[in-house]
Amino acid sequence: MITGTIAELSQALRAKQFSSVELTADVLQRIERAQPVLNAFITTDAEGAIAQARTADSTLRGGDAPPLTGIPIAHKDILMTAGLKTTCGSRMLAQFVAPYDAFVVAGLKAAGTVLIGKTNMDEFAMGSSNETSWFGPVRNPWNTDYVPGGSSGGSAAAVAARLLPATTGTDTGGSIRQPAALTGVCGLKPTYGSCSRYGLVAFASSLDQAGPFARTALDCGLMLNAMSGHDARDSTSLARPREDYTRLLREGARGKPLSGLRIGLPKEYFSEGIDSDVASAMQAMLAQFTELGATMIDLTLPHANLSVPVYYVIAPAEASSNLSRFDGVRYGHRAEHYDGLTDMYKKTRAEGFGDEVKRRILVGTYVLSHGYYDAYYLKAQQVRRLIADDFTRAYEQCDVIMGPTAPTPAFKLGDKFDNPVQMYLNDMFTVAANLTGAPAISIPCGFDNTGVPIGLQIQGNYFSEANLLRVAHHFQQATDWHARTPPHFTPDGPTETLAS
Amino acid sequence: MTWEVVIGLETHTQLATAAKIFSGASTAFGAPPNTQATAVDLALPGVLPVLNRGAVEHAIRFGLAVGGTINARSIFARKNYFYPDLPKGYQISQFEIPVVEGGSITIVTHQGQKVVRLTRAHLEEDAGKSLHDDFHGMSGIDLNRAGTPLLEIVSEPEMRSAAEAVAYAKAMRGLVRWIGISDGNMQEGNFRCDANVSVRPTGAATLGTRCEIKNLNSFRFIEKAIDYEVRRQIELIEDGGSVVQETRLYDPDRDETRSMRSKEDAQDYRYFPDPDLPPLVIEDAWIARIRAELPELPAAMRTRWAAQYGLPAYDAAALTASRELAAYFEEAVAALGESGAHKGSGDAKTLANWVLGEVAANVNRADIEMHEVPVAPAQLARLVERIADATISAKSAKDVFDLMWTGEHGSDVDAIIAQKGLLQISDAAAIESIVEDVVQANAAIVADYKAGRMKAFNSLVGQVMKASRGKANPAQVHAALTRRLAD
Repeated sequence: MITGTIAELSQALRAKQFSSVELTADVLQRIERAQPVLNAFITTDAEGAIAQARTADSTLRGGDAPPLTGIPIAHKDILMTAGLKTTCGSRMLAQFVAPYDAFVVAGLKAAGTVLIGKTNMDEFAMGSSNETSWFGPVRNPWNTDYVPGGSSGGSAAAVAARLLPATTGTDTGGSIRQPAALTGVCGLKPTYGSCSRYGLVAFASSLDQAGPFARTALDCGLMLNAMSGHDARDSTSLARPREDYTRLLREGARGKPLSGLRIGLPKEYFSEGIDSDVASAMQAMLAQFTELGATMIDLTLPHANLSVPVYYVIAPAEASSNLSRFDGVRYGHRAEHYDGLTDMYKKTRAEGFGDEVKRRILVGTYVLSHGYYDAYYLKAQQVRRLIADDFTRAYEQCDVIMGPTAPTPAFKLGDKFDNPVQMYLNDMFTVAANLTGAPAISIPCGFDNTGVPIGLQIQGNYFSEANLLRVAHHFQQATDWHARTPPHFTPDGPTETLAS
Repeated sequence: MTWEVVIGLETHTQLATAAKIFSGASTAFGAPPNTQATAVDLALPGVLPVLNRGAVEHAIRFGLAVGGTINARSIFARKNYFYPDLPKGYQISQFEIPVVEGGSITIVTHQGQKVVRLTRAHLEEDAGKSLHDDFHGMSGIDLNRAGTPLLEIVSEPEMRSAAEAVAYAKAMRGLVRWIGISDGNMQEGNFRCDANVSVRPTGAATLGTRCEIKNLNSFRFIEKAIDYEVRRQIELIEDGGSVVQETRLYDPDRDETRSMRSKEDAQDYRYFPDPDLPPLVIEDAWIARIRAELPELPAAMRTRWAAQYGLPAYDAAALTASRELAAYFEEAVAALGESGAHKGSGDAKTLANWVLGEVAANVNRADIEMHEVPVAPAQLARLVERIADATISAKSAKDVFDLMWTGEHGSDVDAIIAQKGLLQISDAAAIESIVEDVVQANAAIVADYKAGRMKAFNSLVGQVMKASRGKANPAQVHAALTRRLAD
């Protein structure tokens, strides 16, 4: 069994310890074995992957191959992949084969990665537990009774279980960071506009952003290098020069590498309502950063408590419109029996969408409707501005803001499924970065008393990804939380036994 | 009771861009169904709109041409509704802040000139087409038109008759073609009008309840639909009823409007700013560049022509119906007097008559464009001069024009006159000789005339003209015959 980070695997490939074909075959086998347990994948493409691995091997033989050449990855099934099914975890698109590649997919393809398949997710990225997928829930590799978080649950679980070194996700309200926290991996949501949304099936257009999952900050940077860039096909894509997000990671780690770093600690992120194990992990994390030379700044984000309400007005509003195209007319699911056009729409959408998607379409339709628009949508946009202003003020005092990624560690399947509001509160620390558009990363920083991971969220100002990765990197140089492997998925772990 | 009619028009003008407003697909008309629809037009999952700058440029050009305000920042919104030929389930349109606000256009009717103010003009995308024939119980969807750029131009409710509404539509179509932002082809649906019509007692301060008549795609339908709707509303009110606010459709076969949906059935479009499109920001420099490129506009040209040539407003309005027609007249009028013979307002007016009469009639009959007219403007000017200097008669001039049109005898006026022997006979002796012959040969008619039958005189004039093969100067014939018969 071949495991390792991108950086390690890349080196091994170059040292000819194994070929990309061997690595890919190993990954495919691991995924197949884990699938009955984790259900992390919706589609795998063994044939295509091996072919790409062969190409990668010849590129590697030629020398001068880009760093991601031959590295197996998988995409969240919300990113369009030419020739492969792109289902969004929905019955609506269960048979939909994408006719083109998303920008980030094309970027990672051009970088030489090997596309293994598509990962499971909450339906249309709506969920925080990966329980809303038409293809069944994903399970947490640390404890398969637990959820992996959502909506990019499959991508997070796949990396956590060491099935492959990196995956992509999308983050609309925390959908990369929260599952990263719940499965003990790194997940980065870049600045809005960094990664073109072209080919990312829209949930909430003003919030959606693709980003990487990997085991280390360095790997996240390597992935982001290939995923980001300007794209004229996305009007919200930022026309900025390309940057190397790993450029600050080569500094030495000795002494106090983070001296001078000012860490903002909003009191709203450390109040009651936080799980006590999470709170303890935060204290230990702060001690570690102090050790690394950083200073702590207490601050306040006065509108923090409004983030979730604002998010659950804006995101459903945009979703209600974005999901209108799934009408059974041109592609996707269409009801078999119907009586006229209106009935076709009703039955198609009633059958094609699950409850959570319907719930959000209803909420979104309501908040945009005549007579309610001002009270809900417009007001939410105004508060969104106030939330952004809080952060602008905060970054006058500090360089990064830290706190728990989620208020609790992973919970059991079914625990919150019937209580949407409880489920939505999982996003209380993550949605702000989507509302403001600023970058944020979640990295593992401990475990609770049942042995499931706890995530630390590091937020920064716009375009500060390289610095976030630097901060995360030094933490990972000094700790081994990110290196811990779920017991059943260690290189020698009895994965097979789980299947029985 | 007398009634006042109040009409406002909303005009959907297809902008003449090569590509669609949010995708790179072609906008060419008439391609096989769905061959001009990209992933964006099909609204495949994951696609995004990118605004075509050309469409914005056209909107700016329009705003400048009508003297409106070009908003430095305007917003694209989503208008949400389900329909099979609306692929995204929403139309991208400008709602709260349009690209152009205000402005006006001058219309000319037989009652004179009138300035109609505009409310706004905004950019939006067209929908596709549903095809209900040929599919046995199903509908076909053609998305070639989906995403075609439209400028929706909204007037204030300032028209007071169907004739004014038609004059407005004509002036507007003329203007958008003039400034090159639209083909204005009504058959192809490039230029469609919705009319908001209401009536109120003359002198009333408040507006009556309006009905909106959708999708009028010819000037005749605009006129007939409004006339019908006005009659319907007046009859309804006079019979003690009241007008219900609703959307109506005009049925040209039955010449009536029919209810399509009432206000109660009106959909909630749930407009909100499209998060895929940042606000449209228009820099002053962009506006300045487009302003510098604008051609002389029809209204300015009419004013200039009135001053320069004393051309009546109605003629000037007709001549500025299109840029090509105006250019033709302009070139012809400039050539007037080149030969040194005559120059004056009278000739410009004659020239206008010729352009709007013979030239326009021949263009219609031959179904050609102005630039294909075989008679060069300078030669038409020469022809008008030859009438003015009495070289040829008006009747002969018509023959010369026809010869010039066919081109069989070359295009030079003087050469044709000479070749065809059409020189007007103004020689007094020659005319008197013909008069003498006619008087001698028509004793009975002369006797009738002398008995007081004045009609007999005209008959004799006709005989003289016939004998001269139409070339005798009519005024001289008249004088000579009068003298001869007075003997």
